[in-house]
Parts: sequence; C-alpha cells; structure tokens
Amino acid sequence: MSLQYVGLKDINGPLVALEGVSGVAYDEIARLRLNDGTERIGRVVELEGDKAILQVFEGTNGISLENTRTIFSGKPLEIPLAPEMLGRVFNGAGKPIDGLGPVFPEKMGDVNGQALNPVARQYPRNYIHTGISSIDALMTLIRGQKLPIFSGSGLSHNKLAVQIVKQAKLTGEGSGDFAIVFAAMGVQNDVANYFRRSFEETGASERVCMFLNLSSDPIIERLLTPLCALTAAEYLAFEKNMHILVIMTDMTSYAEALREFSSSKGEIPGRKGYPGYLYSNLASLYERAGVVEGSTGSVTQIPILTMPNDDITHPIPDLTAYITEGQIVFDRDLDQRGVYPGLSVLLSLSRLMKDGIGEGYTRADHQAVSNQLFAAYAKVQDARSLASVIGEEELSDADRAYMRFGRLFEDNFLNQGFDENRSMDETLDLGWDLLCTLPKNELDRIDEKLLDEKYDPERAARFLDNAQSDSDSGKTESAG
Amino acid sequence: MNILNNTIYSINGPVVKAADTKDFSMLEMVYVGNKRLIGEVIGVTDKFTTIQVYENTAGLKIGEPIESTGQPVCATLGPGIISNIFDGIERPLRDMTKLNGAFVAEGNALFSLDTEKKYDVTVTVKVGDKLKAGDIYCTCPETALITHKCMVPPNVSGEVVFAADNGQYQVNDTIIKLKFEDGTEMPLTMVQKWPIKKARPIANRLPINRPLITGQRVIDTLIPIAKGGAAAIPGGFGTGKTMTQHQLAKWCDADIIVYIGCGERGNEMTQVLEEFSELIDPKSNRPLTDRTVLIANTSNMPVAAREASIYTGITLAEYYRDMGYHIAIMADSTSRWAEALREISGRLEEMPAEEGFPAYLPSRLSEFYERAGYVKNLNDTEGSVTIIGAVSPQGSDFSEPVTQNTKRFVRCFWALDKSLAYARHYPAIDWNQSYSEYIEDLSAYFNENVSSDFMDLRQEISNILQEETKLMEIVKLIGADVLPDDQKLAIETARVVRVGFLQQNAYHKDDTYVPLEKQMLMMKVIVNLYHKSLEALKLGVMLSDILAMGLFDKAVKIKYDIPNDKLGMFDDYLKEIDEKIGGLAV
Repeated sequence: MSLQYVGLKDINGPLVALEGVSGVAYDEIARLRLNDGTERIGRVVELEGDKAILQVFEGTNGISLENTRTIFSGKPLEIPLAPEMLGRVFNGAGKPIDGLGPVFPEKMGDVNGQALNPVARQYPRNYIHTGISSIDALMTLIRGQKLPIFSGSGLSHNKLAVQIVKQAKLTGEGSGDFAIVFAAMGVQNDVANYFRRSFEETGASERVCMFLNLSSDPIIERLLTPLCALTAAEYLAFEKNMHILVIMTDMTSYAEALREFSSSKGEIPGRKGYPGYLYSNLASLYERAGVVEGSTGSVTQIPILTMPNDDITHPIPDLTAYITEGQIVFDRDLDQRGVYPGLSVLLSLSRLMKDGIGEGYTRADHQAVSNQLFAAYAKVQDARSLASVIGEEELSDADRAYMRFGRLFEDNFLNQGFDENRSMDETLDLGWDLLCTLPKNELDRIDEKLLDEKYDPERAARFLDNAQSDSDSGKTESAG
Repeated sequence: MNILNNTIYSINGPVVKAADTKDFSMLEMVYVGNKRLIGEVIGVTDKFTTIQVYENTAGLKIGEPIESTGQPVCATLGPGIISNIFDGIERPLRDMTKLNGAFVAEGNALFSLDTEKKYDVTVTVKVGDKLKAGDIYCTCPETALITHKCMVPPNVSGEVVFAADNGQYQVNDTIIKLKFEDGTEMPLTMVQKWPIKKARPIANRLPINRPLITGQRVIDTLIPIAKGGAAAIPGGFGTGKTMTQHQLAKWCDADIIVYIGCGERGNEMTQVLEEFSELIDPKSNRPLTDRTVLIANTSNMPVAAREASIYTGITLAEYYRDMGYHIAIMADSTSRWAEALREISGRLEEMPAEEGFPAYLPSRLSEFYERAGYVKNLNDTEGSVTIIGAVSPQGSDFSEPVTQNTKRFVRCFWALDKSLAYARHYPAIDWNQSYSEYIEDLSAYFNENVSSDFMDLRQEISNILQEETKLMEIVKLIGADVLPDDQKLAIETARVVRVGFLQQNAYHKDDTYVPLEKQMLMMKVIVNLYHKSLEALKLGVMLSDILAMGLFDKAVKIKYDIPNDKLGMFDDYLKEIDEKIGGLAV
C-alpha cells in the first residue's frame, strides 16, 4: 500500500501527529519523506479515532507541518539479521555505519521481541570466565544471567567493560561459539572511539557486533538501540546456537531518554519524573536474557549504568537491581585509592552463582572460599568502624587481623592489572592465600575437613612480610 | 447485546477505548480486535468504554471489532489445576509452548485445563438428593496428594435428577443434573467458573488460632504466622525475599501452595519449576509439585495480566479452601502488582496520589489481603487461605506507599534487612523491625502442642536480643572490653542466638526445615546456658573461664550437630552444661 499522507497536524519534541489516517496499526513503522528527499522513520505510539501519533527516530529538526509525506509500512520495526553482523558497527536504529555496506539479511527480525514463556526457559548453569578475580570468585557471571554493573561518573566502568570483552571466554563442555553484542547508548564521541579502538587493538572486534548511539544522536534512536542489539543477540543465540554476551552502556542515558519521551507525550510522571512504566520497560529489555530449550546458545547481559550522584536508591539502579539477577557495584573510595577494578564486594551479588560453580563447573571449593571471603570482608568493615572510634591500637588481636586482611584483600585480590587475565585456579588459590592471613578459628564458613587440607599459614607468608615492611616504611602496597 | 459494530476508537499501550456504545458493563470480559485479544472493561462513560487488554496490543488497528462476552473475567476451576503453571489470566503455559514455541504469542484463548485427561471419578450423590451451594457431588484424585472435590457452585441449589455412575470422566463431561425450584435443569460438569475479582462466599469466619508451621526458626518462634493470616515480607533487592518465599513454599504445612510470580524474573519461575519437581516432600514422599500451582506473569509479560495474576491466584486458593484444604499463597511481588495498577491508572490519566500511585491503591490492597482467613465453608468443612506477600520497596525505603499501606492490612510483618543480608545472615529478617500480632492467638497452641514453657522460652530469647541491641549502642562507642562480665555474657549469648538459632542454612539437609520440638529444645539449651553462666558469674567465676570450655561454640553448632530425628541428644547437651558450669562454681 503506497498511500501517502501529506503534511502533519502537530509537532511536539520527537512526536508528530497526523489526522485523517485510517487502517494504521498500533506500533507500526512509518516513513516520513521530506521535501528535500531525505527520509526518516517513525513509529506509531498512540491512535485515537483518525489521529495517529508517531515518534520520529531521527528527531523532528527541519520538519514543518507541510513539508512531509508519510507512508505507513504496515509492519513493526524490523532489522536485517545475518551471522555476518559480527565484526560490524551499526547505529542505534540498526543501520550500518562502518562503510561496509548493508548486511545481506538471512531473515528480518521484529525488534520488540516477545516475552519468553517461563516453561520454555532452562535454568542457567555454568559460568563465563572473565579473568577478573573479584567477579569470577565472588560474583560469578552465569550463562543466561543478567548481571548489571552499577558505576558512577568518572569511575572505570568503561575500562572494565573493555577488559571483560577482551578476556571473556567459556570453558568446559558446550562452550561452542562465543560472541559479544555491544550496545552503546548516549555515550560521548571519544568514549565510543575508545571502545572501537580497544576492540580493534585487542583483536576482539571480529567477534563483536556494535550498536552505537552517541550522546548527540536523537533520543528516540537511543530507545531503539538496546532493542536492536537484543534482537541481534537473540537471533545469534537461539537460531545460530552461539553464546552471546550483551554489554549495554549506559542504561542511565536510556532511562533519561525514556523520561524525555514520556514527558513530551504528556504522561503522568512517577518517581523522580520517570514514567510509571519504567520498571516494565526495563524488564522488557533485561528479561531478554536466558537459555531456551531446544537451543544450545544463551544470551547473557551486562548492562552498565552510572548511578546519578552515586545513589544506589535512585530509581534507575533500584529498579534495575529488582529485575536483574544480582549486581556488581563500583566503590568510589577504592577507585580513588587506585584499586582497579574498585568493586564493592559487600554490595555486589550474583544470584545465579550458587548453581553455576563448584564441582564440574569451576572448582569444588569455590563456594566455600567465596562464602568465607564475603564473611571475612564483612567483619573487616566492623573492625574498621570500631577502629575509627577507638583507634586501631585499642582493637583486639582478632580485629587487627581483620584490618590487615582487609588491606591485603583490596590490594592483592580486588586490585588487578588491565592486562592481567587470571585463571580460575589462580583466583581461588589467591583467595586461600589471603584467608590464611587470618587465624584458623576465624574461618567459620568452611567445612573442617577442607580447612585442614587447605589451611597453611605459610601460604600467607609473602603478604605478611610485605605488610610488615610496608607498615615500617608507612606505605601501603599497591600491586598489579 | 453482542452487537458487532462496536469497534476500537483509540489505542494507547494496553488501554483501548470504544466510542459511543452502551453495550458493555464494568469488569466485563471482552475480545479485542481481529486476533481476539482478551481484555476487561475498566471504565464506562457515555462517550467512551475503556478496556485494558491482557496481551500485547502491537498491530491492533482502529476500527477492529470489540466483542462482548456478557460475563466478567473468570477463573476456570476444576481438576488439573494442581502441578500446572498458568499465566496471569490462567492460560496454561505448557500448552502454549506446544502451540507457539518458546515465546508467548497473542490471541490464544486456550482452555485452562486439560480436557483430554480422564479422571477416576467417584460420584457421592444420588438422584433425589437435595444439594445446596458448596455441597460436594463428586471426587477424584487430582494428584497423589490432593483429592479434588467438585462442589455445587455458589448461588446454586436444587434436586439431583441425574447422577452419572462412578468411572472415568473428562472435565467437561456431565456428572450430575440439578433441577431448580422453577423446574429448569442445570447440568454440572467437573468445571465451574468464578469471577476473579469477587471473593467466593463462605458460611462464616472462624477465629485464628493455629500456626502455619514453616520450619524456619525465626518465623515459627519469634514472629509466627497463623493459618488464615496475612503476612508481608518487605525488603530491598538482594535481601532474600524470593529465597524466603521459596523456603516457605517448600516447607510450610499447608496442603496446597499457590505461588504467584507477579512481575518477577523468568529464570526464577524456571527455578521453582525445576526445584519443586525434584524436591521430595518428607511428609508425603511425593514431589512438591504435587501440591503446588504456579502462576507466572514475568516482568516482561503484559502489564494488565500482571494485575489480574494476583486475583487469579487467590481465586484458585479460595476454590481449594472450599473443599476443606489449607492453602498458602506466596505473592512475589505485590509491589509489581501495585506498579501495574499505577501504569494503567497513568494511561487512563487518573489523578495520581502518592508517587504516582492511584488513590485507590489502599482499597485494592485491603480487598486482596482480606480474602485471607480461616473459615467455615458453605459445606461445613473448614479451610484456610494464608497470604504471604512480598513487597519490593523502592530504594529499600519502607516509608513508600506500597509498604506503608500493606502494613495497615497485614498483622504479620517480616522486615528484611540489608545489613543482615550483606553479612550473609539469612533469613535476613530483622527481629527489631518485624512483628506478629498473632502471638497472643497462637500462644495456647504452642504451649499445648510443643511444650508448656514454649512461650516463656520465646520471651527469654527475645529479651536477650533486646538486651544486645541496647548494649551494642555502648559497644559501638567504647568497645566491648569495658563492659562488666554479666553484660558481656548477654552479648555472647545473643551471638549464639543470632548465629546458632536465627541464622538458618537453606542448603543444609537438616537445617533447611526444623521441627517445632527441635526449635524449642534449641531455645532451651541457649536459655539454660545463659542462666547457668549467670549464676556462676554471681558466685565469682570469670566469664573467660566459662567461655574457654567451648560450650557457646558448641551451642552455635547444634543446628548441624543434632539431626532432626535424634532429639534425644539434647539431654546430653543440657547435662553437660549443668555439669561443666556447675563444676566451675564449686
């Protein structure tokens, strides 16, 4: 049908209204042809009688009430899908921007996706190795999981994202093809360049499919970016049986674009001006992770968001964490002390970890080490707050041992180099070494037998000598 | 009625309007569009009829037909509900995968129950019997654990003029025919329908005085819930709401569990499905799925169906209650349900109250929680519905509207605390903020059925925790070393209570479920240890000497060291305490 509607009734921010239309479907895609020959894409967001409201992806700059012709496609937004999408770069609406021409589609995919039937899901097991000790040991990333990174402005989340892309790999059975879909929403130009350059330098770009929406690009396109990326990911995972890791940054820009869009539509705002459906909307993205019966692939998500004002109770991190299966949280104090990646162990959590580690996946003692490290580090915080009141000298011996453990743990375990890719064995052994700096009777989360087998104060010797000489010279060690 | 020229006038997300029609009534179920999406009328004015659609509205067009059904949105009730998994409007999700594959598609008006399966039916009435509403006319084994009893629907009564023989029947076969006073006849199959937003009638409510035994120590002894009661579990993300609900669903002594995953994670529902079919209920030796119904409306499924899922769940529960069963409902999470109300309210451009939630939020919440109760049914059996609702407060702030309003309608409040969860103290129920108003009602049960000093022991444990909270204020300022020995003893005992008693390991074979008697004996050991040590201190014994004997550490490990079936071992513990501490004082 090539019925063209001439002119518009109304323009408001990214929204335009048409009158006198008929046969238009909710959520369908329309092309707006301007008099100068350029074309823009719009989506139907509201229908009332013979009036249709469209959101224009490329923004409404230069559109007047008279200079457009609108053609409705009768279809929802679809993007071309093919295995050759790997190694390519697209804009937020799924158009190639790397100058290599269009992708020859194997099929077209509706970007909205559909809800996955819980019966058809498989419970995620087995892990993705990131080579980063804190993540692998304490908040293990499981295939099919959605595990966001909560960061703040100026922290090293971008660096961490690059390192994960660079090092992520699968191990063990069914580790088939592994690839990464990277969606950047509202990132600055130089940050986008940093990602592109890093992927090229590290040789990862062959297995990365990028969707880039810069902070100067239109917000409606930003709302599409994760949809396109996830559609590509689902296609590669569930139809091509690949294991796909989707990294989405920055979800805060996405949510802000949603707020802008909602307010220009005149909707009633919920908390902090975000629309009442922010939860459902975020869920419609995050829930597109998982493992599906009948396919050997998986979609794993790492959404990255910057917490406004480092506030974890802000609606964006708060709602995200209610949907996702855990969270990895950056800590500004650690970051400023030069610990990279400065992750807050106590605030971080991977909910699916318990079923994807241990015998047959990582190592039999993984759970025990991780429980004990958590518990010990929690006690470090108690000791520190006590020390800040009564002074470190007044602490009991046990508390002082915890203070020492805390420092060593942060400097040696959390802290690691950008190029340091630690194996699971290295990470867990390092965990044991550090635990051995504590008295044996303090390790109450570990089964006696395992403890007898592994506990050996000699393992801790290298740290204790260092710590001794450090405190003599008044410096703290910074490794890596 | 059923006029065909009612058409769609406007579409905005899940809200669809029809113009200039007077054919629809409030809360009526309608079919929307050519795909026949299921919807419900939620507003009628002389200009517009407003409909919320339970499925994705993408692709709907202006001018497509809206079809009236003349009846409200109903739950289909009959054998085949238990062990099944439904979406928010009771569509069977397993059958949907066969039809549509892995993704949920629109326009499936699937029948909720398996119509092919034959049940072994025993007809319990004969021709000439006079039946009133709620009377049971046939029974059949639904699962190995649950006998399904078909009841005369509420508001119906009459004389039996036909009764089928015992035998194999499908759910839609006619079992009996009833003749009403006016001479008309009505065939009854094994299936009946009931509007989900209306409570099923009962004879009368009974006083609440029996606990729902959960095997979780912090709940059963400190903050118990009664059968027929309502409890809320508020907690920020990561505090273990879902984990706590899973534990309750696995171990509580209800006959049937209705688990509503309302706007939560898909993987969690998969986990419940997998885990519950593998876990064997120790009381019956059958998989837990034999007594569980799942309602899964995950966060990315249509929002209007999320609103309905809570009502569907409670209607199923009430139906089984009418048969004389005790039901526990886990609703995870009521906050997502409230958000669904907010989202639809926003689309209707209603005047918002607090934080954008509609002003009718409290009345909706109270309607839901008031459907809990311990009742005498129309057929003189007794049954109960216990509601346990998770609340996900935004920003872990308990002053937000959903938590605050829920607090007004539940009598049991299990507040989950972030700092406990960070310290990996699970279940992270904060004993200071939580409360149960059922303690008075239940004390007689505990004293008579467990031990006559149960409530006294509970009070002692509670006092020790209170004392610790008070002392910790001082310790935070000046450290523990300066305290006198008796206060140090209180802190040490409180540690035993916290680590050895309140913390419970869901992954340990004995500790995941602890019978009431063991809970009582554990309290007894701790209280005894405290008293004996206190006496010894008064006689001048040093606390460090008492601690050096390792009795406190031993008490912490009781939960692992004494298996649930060897409670005789407690005598040795009590004796050892008497002897060792008594020995010091000499």
